[in-house]
Amino acid sequence: MPIIGVVVIWEVVARLDLVPAYMFPPFSMVMVKMYHLMASGVLEDNFVASLARVLAGFALGSAAGISMGILMGCKETMNRSLHPIFSLLYPIPVLGWAPLLMIWVGINDLLPVMLIFICSFFPLLYNTITGIKGIDRDVIQAARVLGASDKTILTTVILPLAVPNIFTGLRLEAGMAWRVVIAAEMVAIPTGIGALLMRSESLLQVDVIIVCLIVLSLMCLLFERMFRYGETRLTYKWRG
Amino acid sequence: MGRQGLPTNGEDKEDFMPTIELRRVTNFICQDVNLKIFDGEAMAIWGPTGAGKTTLLNTTAGLIGYQGEVFFDDKAMEGIPSSRRGVGFLFQNLALFPHLDVASNVGYGLRVRKERANGRVDELLRLMKVEHLKHRYPKNLSGGEKQRVALARTLATSPNILLLDEPFNSLDNQTCRHLIFELRHIQRRLGITMILVTHNPVEAKDLADRVAIMDKGRIKGVMPSGSFFSSKDIHSHINDSYHDLAQPGSRGQR
Repeated sequence: MPIIGVVVIWEVVARLDLVPAYMFPPFSMVMVKMYHLMASGVLEDNFVASLARVLAGFALGSAAGISMGILMGCKETMNRSLHPIFSLLYPIPVLGWAPLLMIWVGINDLLPVMLIFICSFFPLLYNTITGIKGIDRDVIQAARVLGASDKTILTTVILPLAVPNIFTGLRLEAGMAWRVVIAAEMVAIPTGIGALLMRSESLLQVDVIIVCLIVLSLMCLLFERMFRYGETRLTYKWRG
Repeated sequence: MGRQGLPTNGEDKEDFMPTIELRRVTNFICQDVNLKIFDGEAMAIWGPTGAGKTTLLNTTAGLIGYQGEVFFDDKAMEGIPSSRRGVGFLFQNLALFPHLDVASNVGYGLRVRKERANGRVDELLRLMKVEHLKHRYPKNLSGGEKQRVALARTLATSPNILLLDEPFNSLDNQTCRHLIFELRHIQRRLGITMILVTHNPVEAKDLADRVAIMDKGRIKGVMPSGSFFSSKDIHSHINDSYHDLAQPGSRGQR
């Protein structure tokens, strides 16, 4: 309901012609533009390019973050050795890595993938460690006394109990991955939603810019909801 | 050795072969602990908070390191992990697996040992009178129900030795009395050797054949539970506890 209200106000205000339409187009005009962009395949091509980068970077970064988190959460020696290094790297803003990566990997598809990898890796790493460290030690000891091996304890106790923290990391970072890919495409890559945004800015196509922002917003929301759903499905029985 | 072979007083007798024997066990809390527990016997380790009771139990289970020797049925336990010592351990906070329902909690030990779980789980749930809770998760159980489920899980792998760490700590008096009665009955029926750690003298007296008094990491004495309340040691400990509680600013002892 509030969304419909905003759309109606937007449409009415834009139709009052207080601001030129090319600066602030009505919602209906933006929707027509979106239809044209979809029909011509422009939106689809750029969207698929961005989506592929997000999925690749996010999947690799999350997998690496979760794996390293499990290692550091379970092995105190690993935690003590690696924690100081990661503590130094984590505060660096992800776009701060861009110039270095441009030199190391060049300006190509690998650049946004690497940036998303970095932005996904650290939060998943720390969320996984927090999830594992938060498990009651007696629960792990109980599994051990009952005869479970370290591997069995990992798969049947530690990972299931760390799932809520891992999914919190996934949920928060999925949106961040989209923000990073847009930023990377805006500065360096000629394809993708971010590149389309930059082209539209130079051509003063505000309606296209708004279409891109709507797509971005929907994708962030979709990813966030997807992980929330996954978390609920996996944990609602025992967490309520 | 059957229960009829138990020593009748607090002294260890040379003729009896202990099921559990601790010889000069020492670690960061325990100091030179010597203790014998006989087949089918229920031994309570009683003492104030911080006496080292839980540490001694963890040491017996092989969960923490120690110097000295621990024997089960005359076999040295040095280097043998807790999972292969044939012990069942009931943790103070019960340590139920929150992500598993009651049936899966009870059957966990059997599943990881690749043993058939179904019939055994049902049997234990019946024994502990929690059959109707089979598909519930720990968060939906009362304190007493959790206790029963945790005990069923501990018994599932048919341990020879049962180690209980303050098992009735968080329960109200009525539930506690009821469970003490049932646990005593089950322990006798199954003939399991049991070590119970408690700071509650009534619990120690009601549940155990003998009571070992522990303080500052040392065993101060072992006596039959029948004569426990007439012991000089227990009165001096209880007096000390009350004295601590009476001190201004003291947090006392449980």
